[in-house]
Amino acid sequence: MSKQTMIEQLHRDYKRSLTRNKRWVHFFQIIIFLTFFVLWEIASRFHWIDPLIFSSPSKVWELLKENILDGSIFPHIWTTVFETILGFIIGTVAGTILAAILWWSPFLSKILDPYLVVLNAMPKVAIGPILIVALGPTMTSIVVMGAIISVIITTIVVYTSFRDVDQNYLKVLQTFGATRWQCFKEAILPSSFPTIVSTLKVNVGLSWVGVVVGEFLVSKQGLGYLIIYGFQVFNFTLVMQSLFIIVIFATIMYKLVEYIEKKIVKNG
Amino acid sequence: MSFLEIQDVTHSYFSKQSKTTALIDVSLSIQEGEFISFLGPSGCGKTTLLSIISGLIEPTIGHVLLENEKVTGTNKKTGYMLQQDYLFPWKTIEENIFIGLKLTKQLNEKTKQNTITLLEKMGLKNVSKQFPSQLSGGMRQRVALVRTLATNPKLLLLDEPFSALDFQTKLKLEDLVFSTLKQFQKTAILVTHDIGEAIAMSDRIYLFTNRPGTVHRVFHVPDELRREIPFHARSHEQYSDIFQEIWKELEELEQTNDD
Ligand SMILES: Nc1ncnc2c1ncn2[C@@H]1O[C@H](COP(=O)(O)OP(=O)(O)O)[C@@H](O)[C@H]1O
Ligand SMILES: [Mg+2]
Repeated sequence: MSKQTMIEQLHRDYKRSLTRNKRWVHFFQIIIFLTFFVLWEIASRFHWIDPLIFSSPSKVWELLKENILDGSIFPHIWTTVFETILGFIIGTVAGTILAAILWWSPFLSKILDPYLVVLNAMPKVAIGPILIVALGPTMTSIVVMGAIISVIITTIVVYTSFRDVDQNYLKVLQTFGATRWQCFKEAILPSSFPTIVSTLKVNVGLSWVGVVVGEFLVSKQGLGYLIIYGFQVFNFTLVMQSLFIIVIFATIMYKLVEYIEKKIVKNG
Repeated sequence: MSFLEIQDVTHSYFSKQSKTTALIDVSLSIQEGEFISFLGPSGCGKTTLLSIISGLIEPTIGHVLLENEKVTGTNKKTGYMLQQDYLFPWKTIEENIFIGLKLTKQLNEKTKQNTITLLEKMGLKNVSKQFPSQLSGGMRQRVALVRTLATNPKLLLLDEPFSALDFQTKLKLEDLVFSTLKQFQKTAILVTHDIGEAIAMSDRIYLFTNRPGTVHRVFHVPDELRREIPFHARSHEQYSDIFQEIWKELEELEQTNDD
């Protein structure tokens, strides 16, 4: 056997071992998934857990099917998804703008530094009630909740990235007489783009928290509302169903942002 | 008056903990069309001096006159190529070399075409749409030079442009840069710590002392060498004489420093 065919053979073996490994990983992932739901179902049927509180996969499934067929679940889904998307976009954009202002004026950023620390440390959902009193029990309050929860951390992360841009890139621009705005547009912003997109990923998750809490507090519609309603009327199948939908949509949104990130950062 | 006058320039960097005097009492003058080298140990303030000439930083004491005007900030007459290429990785080669024209609002079909032609002259064809990461070190350095030349500055400042390149690439680029600058009749200041490079490329060599840097001695490169392109200059019989002379001087500088 020549060296060439030997190497080819070894490479095939190597690739085969990779696929085999991947198959095992998938296998165990599915096992865990099935075990969880089967155990849940059995435990509920045999009253190892209180079926009134923990419901069961079959009951959740039945309810979900019913709600999908009569269409009653969709307004709740769209409301929450809409609020979340709006919340995290506003949070990210506002955070980036604030970061730009801080970068613009180092003096201002020094002044505001301790306030940022305090605001960042504060648990944002705690101001929910105040928001609702101030803005009224409307969708606006909920969207603001979804935004406010991510805005400060975005500001801090993006500002740090603005500041860490290699100063020599600015020097290059300055030798051509660039203004501060041109420096921002040509160097600071594009070189921080990957950071901004990666904060999007974090902010999606944060906005779900903000929006669901907001819906707990005021709304008449949305998945958070369904959870708190189910809780109040002691319908935990409804709670579980809403939770299930939230998990699905939060994952979809996260994957979507991840996909966008890959596209953008690869081109950059 | 000369084209460029540096008058009693002293520069200190201040910080809370310390002050670092990088340059002290530097005075020199350069005529239009000359090719000058600044030679000196690292940390002696060469980059600082180029930054001052370019107007990026203001000297603590003294001033710089360019065509009898005091330099108070960056200006169109001066092109400055930093110590590394600093091409913007998120911009294509084309966007990179047009950036100066764009910032100074001179970007039009004619200037674009000139710049692309210059890029091709540098031996870079069909790279316009590529990104800097796809290019080798030598190619990137050439792109950086094109970017600096695109706005057509009269005075060119080159900060160790070849120091990160392998020897062969460096020799080739020396020739290319030398002939390009001669062709466009640019005045140029080259910073280097390579004695050979300084001799091969320039008309005059300023040797700087250790920090705080100041002009220690000026060497005039013989006419026979100045006429040759760098590669031939390096093998010229007079080359080793002046090399030895500068070498000795550098040795002495280090000795006084050790005492
Ligand atoms: N921005 C700065 N702040 C403080 N010190 C600096 C700064 N830039 C350079 N220096 C100091 O000034 C001296 C000269 O630096 P530089 O001009 O870069 O020297 P060279 O280019 O000859 O190596 C060095 O000791 C360096 O540490
Ligand atoms: Mg230097």
